[in-house]
Formats: sequence, structure tokens, C-alpha cells
Amino acid sequence: MTRYVRRFSRSERALHWVNALGFVYLLTTGLVLYLPRLSVLVGRRPLIKDLHAWGGVGWVASLALVVLLGDSRGLLRTARELDGFDAHDLNWLLRRAPAPQGRFNAGQKLNSAVTAALTVLFLASGLLLWLGERDTRFRFASTVVLHDGLMYVALVLLVGHLYLALIHPATRHALRGMTIGTVREDWAAEHHARWKPQ
Amino acid sequence: MSGEPAGPERAEPERPVGRGVFLGTVAAGLSALVWGKSAWSTVSAAVAPAERLVPLVPSGWRIYTISGTMPTFDPSTWRLDVGGLVRRPLSLSYAELTSLPRAEQVSTFHCVTGWSVANVHWGGVRLSDLVDRVAPHHAAHALEFVSAEVPYVDYLTVRQASLPDVLLAYELDGKPLPREHGAPVRLVIPEMYGYKNVKWLRRITFVPRTADGYWEGLGYDRDAWVGRSNGYGS
Repeated sequence: MTRYVRRFSRSERALHWVNALGFVYLLTTGLVLYLPRLSVLVGRRPLIKDLHAWGGVGWVASLALVVLLGDSRGLLRTARELDGFDAHDLNWLLRRAPAPQGRFNAGQKLNSAVTAALTVLFLASGLLLWLGERDTRFRFASTVVLHDGLMYVALVLLVGHLYLALIHPATRHALRGMTIGTVREDWAAEHHARWKPQ
Repeated sequence: MSGEPAGPERAEPERPVGRGVFLGTVAAGLSALVWGKSAWSTVSAAVAPAERLVPLVPSGWRIYTISGTMPTFDPSTWRLDVGGLVRRPLSLSYAELTSLPRAEQVSTFHCVTGWSVANVHWGGVRLSDLVDRVAPHHAAHALEFVSAEVPYVDYLTVRQASLPDVLLAYELDGKPLPREHGAPVRLVIPEMYGYKNVKWLRRITFVPRTADGYWEGLGYDRDAWVGRSNGYGS
């Protein structure tokens, strides 16, 4: 009998998938605005621009809604969990032993911190682009470069994330945790030895 | 309730590294508002050759349009009309336009939103040549450039239009101007931001005075000097 343990709550999964869906939507509409060949293929720039800008607003609003309507206190505990690094985490990053990991390994903690920062930066630069089109006080020569550069950084993170979640044999079982919510007990013991699921 | 750290007997002291990484990344990102553009031009100059090989590597250009579909170019019916306050109005077919004395230039294209494309190779007709041909009246103080992309329009004063590197470009990088760049002909005035460089040009009218073009009507400057307008420079 394979035994399963619960890794991600419904609110955690909702937050993840709302974020993922929003990102893919914004990446798609953004690339149509950004890449000349796609711009030519699709046309309708004013419409795509509105879809992208309002999509960004909807993305952040949906994330906020999940936090407010979901298990806010649980998510706050998760944030604290992601924030804290101990000596084992440092060992894990430096590939030294011993490095038993909690529910999140050190790489996942780093990824979540960077991803959260990217979200803030996407929102800030996007707002500046939006306002800058209407008022010179919000116009900076590098805003568009920042917004585009964030896309490249986020794309690299996404490719790595998809590789670990879908392809890499040792880690792809984790996808089950983010869809159904549970993972195999033996897998958890191997990869997250210091995590004590309840 | 899952995911609490292990019991106190095994707990290692924790440091709030995550928030440090978060704040550091946000700060680094925001600092790019200062250094981003110059760093980007270095990078894009390095990857520019790849654009010819891999279609999806960005060329540095972005295709801005204000309407749902781009104008189409039919060489058999297309005309460029030059009229208004002139003694000898012209209506040029595409063949007539391209048989006028040809000029080439390499200039940098600057968009007001912050991106630039360096060393763009244009081919076309000097606007000053065309101005000489139509012989404007003294009362004409500005030129109205009407795009086939309705309702895009913009203006230059006669003095601005007489700058030596103002071009009616029908070639980009040695090839006929692509549709997305304003086929068959666009205005190129490198001293000014892209929104003055009207694409899909179909009519030039000499008028008594300058006026607000499409983007000026939305708050952008009429005199769109690169680095000295629209809130940039001092």
C-alpha cells in the first residue's frame, strides 16, 4: 500500500495556479506586443494592449483575492516557512552534507522569493508604462527595458521550473502535490526528510 | 497545519534570508530604471546578428499600430499625393517615387517609450528634394503627413522638414520597406522620436501652420527632439 501525505493546502494550490495562469496569459499577450513577427501575425495592437494591461491588473487582483478569501493565516505561515533559512539550507545550496530539507528545499525558497520580487517588479514597471503614456512625470527611458528584462528572467525561471516539475525523474513527483495536494510518503521522506507532515 | 518546522529538539537557528532575497531583487530591479537602457543597448548590439537566423529573437524593433489592421500596399493603385500650398502639386506612383534620386543613410531610431534601434539602414528619397519639386508657397509653414492608417497624422514645420537627413524611406536594410514598418514608404526623421516618423505615408500637404498630430493629441510633444522632449532631458 502506497501511503500519501498532504503537502499543499487548497489555498496554496489556488495561489500557485492563479499565478501560473496569469503569467502564461501575460506572457502570451506580451509577446504579441513585443515580437514583430507576432505583432504582424495578430495585428489588433490596441486591443492586445488593453488585454495585456487589464490582464496584469486582473492577475494581481486574483492573487490578492486568493490570499484574502482563502486560508490567509495558513498562507502567512507558508510565507514564514519560505523566509527562514537554517544551516541545513545553506548546506543544501552548497551541496554539502548534511542537508535534510523541510517541506520546501532551499532552492524552492529562493525561487519563491525571486518570483515574488518579479511579480512586484512586473507590476511596478507595467504601471509606469501605463501611466507614462499619459503623464511625462511617470516616463523613464529604461522602464520598457526593465519590463522586457523581467520577462527574460522569468522565462528562464519558468523553463527550469517546468523541467523539474515535468521531466526530471527525481523531482517530477512533486507535481502531484501541486495538483491533487498529496505526495508519496517515501518520496517525502527522501526529499524532505525534516518535514513532519500531519 | 502541515509544514511546521521540526520540533525544538532538532531545530536549527533560522535566518530570514527569503525576505532579503525578495527585497534585494526588488531593489536591483528598480535600480535598472537608471542603468537599464545603456546595458540593454550593449546586449542587443551583441545579439543582433542572431535575429536574422532565428525569427523569434527580437530585432529591437517593436511594431506599434493604432488601429486593428495594418494598411495594405497595392503597387498598381498606390499614390503618394503632395499638395496643399504648393505651386506644382504631385501625385506619384510607387514606380515614380522610386525613380526619384535615391539617398541612403544609417541612423538610429528612437522610440519615446525608451527603446532604440541603432544603425538602421534606410534607402529612399530626401524630403528636401521633394519639397523643391513642388515649390511651396511662402504661406506654407508646416507639412502635414497623412498615414493610410486612419486617423494617424503628424506635422513638421518647414524648418524641421528641411533637416538634411529627413528621408522618405522605401527601403529598410536593403529590402523594400516591410508592411509592419509602413510599406511602401514612411517618413524618417532621426532627430525626433518614432511617432513623428509617420508610417504608411500616403499624403503630404503643405499647410499654413503646424498642429497636433495623433500622439500630440494624447499629450506628447509636437517638437519631439530625441532626449530633449516628452519629459526627457531638461
